[in-house]
Amino acid sequence: MASYSTNEFRGGLKIMIDGDPCAIIENEFVKPGKGQAFNRVKIRNLKTGRVIERTFKSGESVEAADVMDVELQFLYSDGEFWHFMDPQTYEQQAADATAVGDTAKWLKEQDMCEVTLWNGAPLAVTPPNFVLLKVTDTDPGVRGDTSGGGGKPATLETGAVVRVPLFIDIGETLKIDTRTGEYVGRSKE
Amino acid sequence: MQPSEPDWRPSASLELLQLRATVLDRVRAFFSKHAVLEVDTPALSRAASTDPALLSFQTRYHGPGAAAGATLYLHTSPEFPMKRLLAAGSGSIYQVCKVFRDGECGGSHNPEFTLLEWYRTGFDHLDLMDEVERLLVEVLAGIAPIETVHHWTYRELFRELAGVDPFTTTVAELRLLLASTHGIMPVGMPDDLDTWLDLVMTHVIEPLLGAGLVFVCDYPASQAALARLRPGNPPVAARFEVYLNGVELANGFHELADAVEQQQRFELEAARRRDSDVPEVPMDRKLLDALAAGLPDCAGVALGVDRLLMVASRARCVQDVLAFSLDSA
Repeated sequence: MASYSTNEFRGGLKIMIDGDPCAIIENEFVKPGKGQAFNRVKIRNLKTGRVIERTFKSGESVEAADVMDVELQFLYSDGEFWHFMDPQTYEQQAADATAVGDTAKWLKEQDMCEVTLWNGAPLAVTPPNFVLLKVTDTDPGVRGDTSGGGGKPATLETGAVVRVPLFIDIGETLKIDTRTGEYVGRSKE
Repeated sequence: MQPSEPDWRPSASLELLQLRATVLDRVRAFFSKHAVLEVDTPALSRAASTDPALLSFQTRYHGPGAAAGATLYLHTSPEFPMKRLLAAGSGSIYQVCKVFRDGECGGSHNPEFTLLEWYRTGFDHLDLMDEVERLLVEVLAGIAPIETVHHWTYRELFRELAGVDPFTTTVAELRLLLASTHGIMPVGMPDDLDTWLDLVMTHVIEPLLGAGLVFVCDYPASQAALARLRPGNPPVAARFEVYLNGVELANGFHELADAVEQQQRFELEAARRRDSDVPEVPMDRKLLDALAAGLPDCAGVALGVDRLLMVASRARCVQDVLAFSLDSA
């Protein structure tokens, strides 16, 4: 089984901790005046997203996690699985609700997403930073109010609900930042 | 984020190179004023430190006297040859030199670094702590003046800042303390109390030391290194550590002068190397001979010059005060 020595630790390295795949966020070499050196690391559990800390004896080895990020196109959801495809090889992947998590509300058919594969199967899905989504429900638009102040909730075609300015109407296409869940602007497309 | 390929330019700013020169001038002025002799001992040695936590670089010498080649070790500190000078009657001595420690690289470590090491005959560790303070006050005057000075014993420090007594605690208690109070989960650690005390020291206590100059003394006998033991219940090592603004700066001892005890410690360390797959190295028999001939009563301390510059200049990491750090050397 592949493993990494603490001397190979760096941000982004994928290792197994307590049976779960994790990514190193920060690695710090610490050593008392006399005595054992340690690697103190901050790690993100890629299954739960939780950030944890672990300390290793310097020079120890840790099992590598077979994790890679690939760009896949979202095809459709059948309610139980979200189906993705590699546009070059046409190879398909099905991600379950645990892997998709909160990302589901941003997934629009045809959009390219970053899918994290662990042992070849989807572990997590990251949506594009910006998505264009159509408004399916909101209070009627208030003409002339372009201040954007205040705002109102709007439901988008994927089911996501975001705060939008008062002048937005049903049927308009909006640009949303998926990292913050915030309205960016109206799409000109 | 991957660091970009280092270019030819220095790691340190020109101001920091200037600061280094100023600090070294002041160090030399201090020792000159106190009639401490500057010495220069070899960086290459046939023997090495047996301390399992110190990894020596090794190289090969080929030439007259060694047709088949001989293994030489780059020193991890100039301690052993300096003690041989002391045994030969040098009196108080100091040295500023590069030392080399394999495997040590990080925000406050570079595998090659500058050490200021000095020995004072007739001093014990308490006298030497006072001199470390006087030296730092003079060297840092107008650069980064020292505002507070605090003295702890190892025991008080652990009781106050971690809530445990290091002389009666157990591995199980420290494991629980780290996990439940501090969310720190060590992986694959040996069940050796000193390792766990070191974890508490580096992970819990050091971040709480705060600003100012801090001395810690009276270490557990098992962490004596090259310090003599002071009888008591429990016996403690006449060893001290110096921290400035939370950064470990120096380590000092009332030096062990007993050749037999020194040899026993070397042998114990060699055995620990074998047990933990750390390469074995030849012990320094010339040091043992020097101790047998008689080391004058003395205290010694080694101070990291790069760390001192790092703290004095509030640099982000030690690489910022080195002309060229490892990755651009």
